[in-house]
Amino acid sequence: MKTINFTVNGRNYELDVKDNEILLDMLREKLHFTGAKEGCGEGECGACTVIMDGQAVTSCIILAVEADGSDIETIEGQSVGEEISDIQEAFIEENAIQCGFCTPGMVMSTKALLDRNPDPSDEDIDIALSGNICRCTGYYSIRNAVKRAAEKKGGSQS
Amino acid sequence: MTEEMIGKSVKRIKALEKVTGNAKFVHDIEIQGMLHAKMKLSPYAHAKIVNIDKTKAESLPGVWAVLTGKELPYKVGLYLVDKDILAVNKVRYQGEPVAAVAAETKEIAEKAIELIEVEYEKLDAVLDVQKAVEEDAPLVHENLAELESAPVFFPKPGTNIAHHTKIRKGDINKGFAKADHIIENEFTLPMVDHTAMETHTSIAQWKPGRKVKIWTSAQSPFAVRDLLANGLNLNHEDIEVIVPYVGGGFGGKAGIHFEPLVTCLSRAADGRPVKIVMSREEEFNSVPVRQGLYSRLKTGVNEDGEIVAQETEFLWDSGANADYGVNVTRAAATAGVGPYEIKNVKLDSKTVYTNKIFGTAYRGFGHLEILWAIERQMDLVAKEIEISPYDIRMKNGLEVGSVTITGEHIGGSHGRVKECLREVAKEIDFENRDSDDLPAGKKRGKGLATLHKAPAMPTNTGTAAFLKFNENGTINLTVSLTDYGQGTYTALAQIVADQLDMPVDKVNVVWENNTETEPYDWQTVASKGLFMSGNAVIKASQDMVQQLKEIASEPLRCSVEDLLIEDEKVKVRHHLDKYISFKELAMGYTYENGNAIGGPLIARGNYIAQGLTNIDPETGQGLPALDWTYGAHGVEVIVDEETGEFEVVKIASAFDVGKAINKENVIGQIQGGVIQGYGSAVMEGYQFSEDGRLLTNTFTDYKVPSIADIPELKPIIVENAQEDGPYGARGVAEHPMLSIPSVIGNAVQDAIGVKIKEMPVIPEKIFELIESKKEE
Repeated sequence: MKTINFTVNGRNYELDVKDNEILLDMLREKLHFTGAKEGCGEGECGACTVIMDGQAVTSCIILAVEADGSDIETIEGQSVGEEISDIQEAFIEENAIQCGFCTPGMVMSTKALLDRNPDPSDEDIDIALSGNICRCTGYYSIRNAVKRAAEKKGGSQS
Repeated sequence: MTEEMIGKSVKRIKALEKVTGNAKFVHDIEIQGMLHAKMKLSPYAHAKIVNIDKTKAESLPGVWAVLTGKELPYKVGLYLVDKDILAVNKVRYQGEPVAAVAAETKEIAEKAIELIEVEYEKLDAVLDVQKAVEEDAPLVHENLAELESAPVFFPKPGTNIAHHTKIRKGDINKGFAKADHIIENEFTLPMVDHTAMETHTSIAQWKPGRKVKIWTSAQSPFAVRDLLANGLNLNHEDIEVIVPYVGGGFGGKAGIHFEPLVTCLSRAADGRPVKIVMSREEEFNSVPVRQGLYSRLKTGVNEDGEIVAQETEFLWDSGANADYGVNVTRAAATAGVGPYEIKNVKLDSKTVYTNKIFGTAYRGFGHLEILWAIERQMDLVAKEIEISPYDIRMKNGLEVGSVTITGEHIGGSHGRVKECLREVAKEIDFENRDSDDLPAGKKRGKGLATLHKAPAMPTNTGTAAFLKFNENGTINLTVSLTDYGQGTYTALAQIVADQLDMPVDKVNVVWENNTETEPYDWQTVASKGLFMSGNAVIKASQDMVQQLKEIASEPLRCSVEDLLIEDEKVKVRHHLDKYISFKELAMGYTYENGNAIGGPLIARGNYIAQGLTNIDPETGQGLPALDWTYGAHGVEVIVDEETGEFEVVKIASAFDVGKAINKENVIGQIQGGVIQGYGSAVMEGYQFSEDGRLLTNTFTDYKVPSIADIPELKPIIVENAQEDGPYGARGVAEHPMLSIPSVIGNAVQDAIGVKIKEMPVIPEKIFELIESKKEE
C-alpha cells in the first residue's frame, strides 16, 4: 500500500493504493469515474484513454502509484452541467458516435492532440488517434469531428 | 405540415449521454453485494475431463461458489441446442470454460481459478472442415441424435455435420452439357472476431421463487429470456432481462452467451448478484466468432457470358458448437449464387463441427463469406472467357421478372442490383484503368462486386411497439428492438414524429430495454430492425391518431373522418382554426364544466414477417426472404507487381435502401460496415497452432483497422422503394461489409493478374502467387 496524491478534473484526492493497482481500476472502481472504459486491458484499444499531465495515456497499463503528484483529466471533466466542450459538440454534429463505448477515449485523445496542436493535418489526426479503436464508425466521421473541433477552437478553416 | 421529417439527418438519440461518458454500459454497473465471476478454460482443443478437484478453491476465503459442468446438466442454444454452460465430460475447443468461480473480488476469483485442478485425457482433435467430413474423423458431438433442434434443421448423427441445406433448381447436368466453358475453383477464409469494443458482460441476481434478474450486454433481451427459460427450465415471467447501453454487437451479442452461467453462479451463491466480464483474451478465445468457410464453385458459362449452370459446395467451419451456425449455413445457402439469375443450380451447404471456438452470427450472416467465393469466381470466369467483369454481372444480374434459386420471383418492389453496379462503376471510372501515370513496377487495378442479403429468421418473426402520451403532450415510444449503435431509435422517432406531425424532440424513445415492461421483439439482428419495427411503429402511430380523433370528435362536434392531424393538434378539416392540442387530449379531454372523456392515451402496433415459408429440405424451394437489399462496390488499387504490396486508393459503395429515413445514419452504417469489411479483407483472421491453440488472442496479434488504415470512400444511396417497407425503407446494417474482400481481390487480380482465392488478401500471399506465376 502506498498513499498517493493527485487531482482528477481539478479535484484533489488522497488515496491508499496497492503497488500493483491499475490506474483505470482506481478511477472506475474507487472514484466511480466510469467514463473511461476497459476494452482490452493491454493498452491496444484506447477506450481507457485519460489525460495525465497533458499527455493522453492508456490508463489500463499505468499503475495507480504512477499517478502520484499528477493532474488527471477524464471525460467527466469535459462538460459542466449542460455545457459540453467544443470537441464533444463536434462529435455530435459530425455523427462521430455510434455505440459510444470508444467515444470517451476518442474525445480525450482529441483533446490531448488539440491542446498541443490546434491546427492538425489529417496525418496528425491519424497519428494521434491510431491507438483508439472504433469498430462502428469506420473513423470518417471521427476525423471530421476532430477537424470541426479544431475549427471551433479557432484553428485554421482549412 | 411541419418540415419534412423522413429523409432528414436528425441527430442521433443519446449522443449527449455517450459523448459525456454518462452512458452506463453493463461494464459500468455495480450492484450492492455483487460478486465477481471468473472461468477456468480448457488448454486443449479436444480432451476427456477425467477429474476436477475444486476443494482447494472452495475453501479459499471470499469464494462463494465454484461450479463445474457436472452441476449444470443443461443444454442451451438458439436453433440447435448443443451448448453446455460449462464443459460436461469433455472439452471441445481450447478456451472452453470447464469451471467457474464467484468470489468477493476479481483477485480472489482469479486465485480460486488457479486452485482448481483439472485432469484431462487428450483426444484426437479435428481442426479442418474437409477432414471433419471424412468418415473416420473424430466426432465433436457423439450425441447428435439426442440434441433438440428447430424442426428445419437436420443434424446427421455419427458425423460432424450439424446441418445440410440443399438447393436444387433446374437440371444441373443439362446445364453443364450446354455450357461452352466450365470453370472450377476453391476458396477459403478463416474465422474472424467481431471485436465489439465492449466485451461480453452479464450480471445475474437469483431471487426466491426461482426468479432471476439479469443485466446484460445483449442484442436481444427476449431471446436471452426465452433461451434461459428453456435451458434452465424457468418460467418466462420469472426472468427479467435488462439491456442498458451496449458497446457494439455486430451479431456477436445475438442469441445467448454468459447469462446462464452467471444465473447458476448467483443461485449457488445464495442469491448474491454475480458479474462476469470477458477479458479481451477471453473474448477472442471463448466467445463465438464468424465461421470459417471452404467453398468449391463449378460454373458453366456460355461464350456470351451467360451462366447456365452453377454447382456449389460450402463447408462451414462452425467450430465446437452450431447452435447459431446451422442457420448461418441455411440463410447463406438461400442467397448462395449471389444476386444473379442462374437457371440450373445444385448447391450444398453444410455446417461442420471442428475442435475450435464456435461460430455465431456476424454482420452479414454468412453472406460476406459466400460472396468471397461467388464474386471472386465471377471475375475468374470473366477472365477465362475474356469478358468484362462489368458485362458478365450485367448479363446475369437479377432484375424484375427473374427467378431466384429458391423460386422467388423478383418484382417491381425489389431493389435494383444493376443500378447499384452502374453507379459504382461510374464512380471509380471503371473502364479507365491503365497504369501509364504510375511509377515503374506499380500497376493500377479496378474491381467490381455485387451483393445481396435478406433477413434470415424464423418465418413467424414478430415485433411490437407501444406509444404513450406524457402529461405535456410529448410521447414515449417503447420497443425491445435494441439500438447498440445502428441509429434505429432515431429513425423510429422520426417515423412517430412524421405520423403524428410533431417535433422529433418531443418523441422520447425509451432507451433501456426490459423484458418486464416492453413489448416483444424476437431479436435485433438481420437488418430487420427498421423494416419490422418501423412498420410496427407506423401501426402504433395510426392507432394513436385514431384514438386522438375519436376523443376530439366529441368536443369538436364532428365525425372522425372530418378530422386531421397537424402540428400536434387534431383539427377540423373544414375549419383548420378549430382544433384541440395533443396536450389537451393526452390524459383525457376535460370540458369547461369539469366533465372529462377519454383517458390517458396508449397505443400499440405490431408486425409479423409476411408470407415466409420454410424451405423444402430436398430442393430449398420456398420463400425464406422478407426483403432483399442489394448493393455493389467498386474499388481502385495500386499494386507493386514485384512485392505484392498494395494500396486501396478508393472504394465506392452503393446500396438500394428503398428510402433513407435518416441519411446521415445510413452513411454511418455504410462507412462503418465498409471498414469492418476492409478489416476482414486485408488483415483479420484467426490462426491456430497445429494442436488447435488460438494464436491470435490479443489486439497485438489480431489487428483491426485503425483511423490510419482507411481508404477514400464514396457512399452512394440508391432509393427504389420497397412497397411494404416503412416509407419504402429496407435494412442496410449488414450489407456495407459484404463483398468488400471480393472487390479488393478482384481489383488486385485486375492489376497484376494473380488469382487470389484465400482470405485475407495480404501482400505475402500475393507475393507467393506472383512467384508461382513466374515459374509457370
